[in-house]
Amino acid sequence: MALLEIRNVTRRFGTLTAVDNVSIGIESGEFFTLLGPSGCGKTTLLRMIAGFDQPDGGAILLDGKDLADTAPEKRPIHTVFQSYALFPHMTVAQNIAFPLRMAGKSQDEITAKVREMLDTVHLPDKARHLPHELSGGQKQRVALARALVNRPRVLLLDEPLGALDAKLREQMQVELISLQRDIGVTFVFVTHAQAEALALSHRIAVMNAGRVEQLDAPSKIYGFPSNRFVADFIGNCNLLEATVKAISGETLTLESAGLGTFIAPARSGVSAGAHGVLALRPEMVRIYAAAASVDPELGNRFRGTVRELVYVGDVTTYIVALDNGQKIESLLPNVSSGRARFFEIDDPVQVAWRHDAGHFVLG
Amino acid sequence: MSNPGARFARFVVGGPPFIYLLLFFALPGLIMVAASFMYPGEFGGLAPLFPLTGSEESGLTVENYRIFFGDRVYFEIFLKSFGVAALTTLLCLVMAYPVALLIARSPKAHRDLMVLLVILPFASNFLVRVYAWMIILGPLDLLFSRFAVIVGMVYVHLPFMILPLYTNLEKHDPTLLDAGQDLGAGAWERFWRITFPLSLPGIFSGSALVFIPVLGMFAIPEILGGKDDWLVGNMIKEAFLSTRDWPFGSMLSLMLTIAVLAIAGVAAWFARRGTRYA
Repeated sequence: MALLEIRNVTRRFGTLTAVDNVSIGIESGEFFTLLGPSGCGKTTLLRMIAGFDQPDGGAILLDGKDLADTAPEKRPIHTVFQSYALFPHMTVAQNIAFPLRMAGKSQDEITAKVREMLDTVHLPDKARHLPHELSGGQKQRVALARALVNRPRVLLLDEPLGALDAKLREQMQVELISLQRDIGVTFVFVTHAQAEALALSHRIAVMNAGRVEQLDAPSKIYGFPSNRFVADFIGNCNLLEATVKAISGETLTLESAGLGTFIAPARSGVSAGAHGVLALRPEMVRIYAAAASVDPELGNRFRGTVRELVYVGDVTTYIVALDNGQKIESLLPNVSSGRARFFEIDDPVQVAWRHDAGHFVLG
Repeated sequence: MSNPGARFARFVVGGPPFIYLLLFFALPGLIMVAASFMYPGEFGGLAPLFPLTGSEESGLTVENYRIFFGDRVYFEIFLKSFGVAALTTLLCLVMAYPVALLIARSPKAHRDLMVLLVILPFASNFLVRVYAWMIILGPLDLLFSRFAVIVGMVYVHLPFMILPLYTNLEKHDPTLLDAGQDLGAGAWERFWRITFPLSLPGIFSGSALVFIPVLGMFAIPEILGGKDDWLVGNMIKEAFLSTRDWPFGSMLSLMLTIAVLAIAGVAAWFARRGTRYA
């Protein structure tokens, strides 16, 4: 049985259905992420788990027990708020001690646990500081320490890294992963940043317009998006409009108007004549000079022209227009330093990818 | 501020209020200090510093202070005044807090109307409102008592407590209460551990706005109180308008100012300690 079970939960605000019949089971010890664009219902769902909001339909169960009649202060579920919500009139130590005091723990136990928690989040010398004297990353750590100090069954994190700058965010990601592993508390993490979700989670529920579009491990979500929305939302993705021409064993033969046919890996539930898109990651698409000989492994080949290129340091993305006007992105690692461009705009090129690359999505 | 234009702008902006306060606050204050060491004139006002006709008293004296410190009655009236002011402040605080909290937690669209209702009594004359209490308290046989004075004081000063409290409470981040609840605090604990300590600056400024005017108030004790309910304000008014002893009135005013400043200083020190986070 799942530790936290969200069973057919629906929440409406007027005519808007913010959460639409969502069912998710979150296992004990899991780092689970609700990922989606703003307004997809992920924060509403989080507030219902915390108890600040009630579902209009369905139930939320912890250890098999319905939480509907349990007030937020009685739930063994704590939240790390996006704004941290540290009590400004209390020191760091008093902030961390707060849930222990509310639980009526003895002063000795409070002192010991606060000290232990301060060590865990690497702030042993900040106990007597006030929140406004801390940096963003330090506030973040205090908020985590405060929410974890009396070991909740579930920790909810509402875009906790959103306010940090990029470098610090990466560092906090690493700290979050090790903190979750060490403490063993189940994390439910809400974010709109797909890279963050992929980096942190054991499993991800991709949400859109109140529904769960796909629930899977990060590599499955990235490699095998279940539909066009997920393919487009997670990472960069080429979406090649195509119709299934033939199915034979391991492969699909797809046809794209004005381009011709290409081969893609087969998947269940697809029949000939079905329309959809091939979701093809830019790093799977290789780019060659027009006259170069292409690696024979790369069975799908098309001619095109370089339209744009985006240099970001470690890689360069080339945007190539194929003969039918379809644009396709190809990612090339910049393996030799100092040489950032292998092709220039308007260069005629070939793009190629393997027969088993990409993932055909219906719709 | 080396830029001459900026310096000129600062002078233009800051100059008039500075001169105004110098002429009508600092200077009269000094005149009051000087007056408290002088003799009263024969028909009111002040006796000259240098004798003109030789018969009347002139020059400087500490007589007023000798009287003040020599007779317990003044100390007792001061004590009574501070007691009334403290009680009024406390009652205002207890009554104003729920109102301020209610307004601050109301939907934004309703708040302006509620604030307007709080300040609406100011639209009618102060004396009319105090006389109205005579009509209410008279038939109940409660008029001309300490009780009537306190009722009047609280009634008149309540908005001065509500408004600063509301201004403070309105700024509180509601997420803090969510966080408190999330971490196991019930409604009562959320109030005492989060809302109340964060509202201390509002409590301090509201208290100052009630406590200090009550000390100088003479109209309410005069209208609603008996002869025993006179406060410092009545003594000062009496000295200037009835007995025409300006030096004695000046001395009383000065002692009151010193006492208030001493209390305000102590309060400010506590306030700073309590709001180190702000």
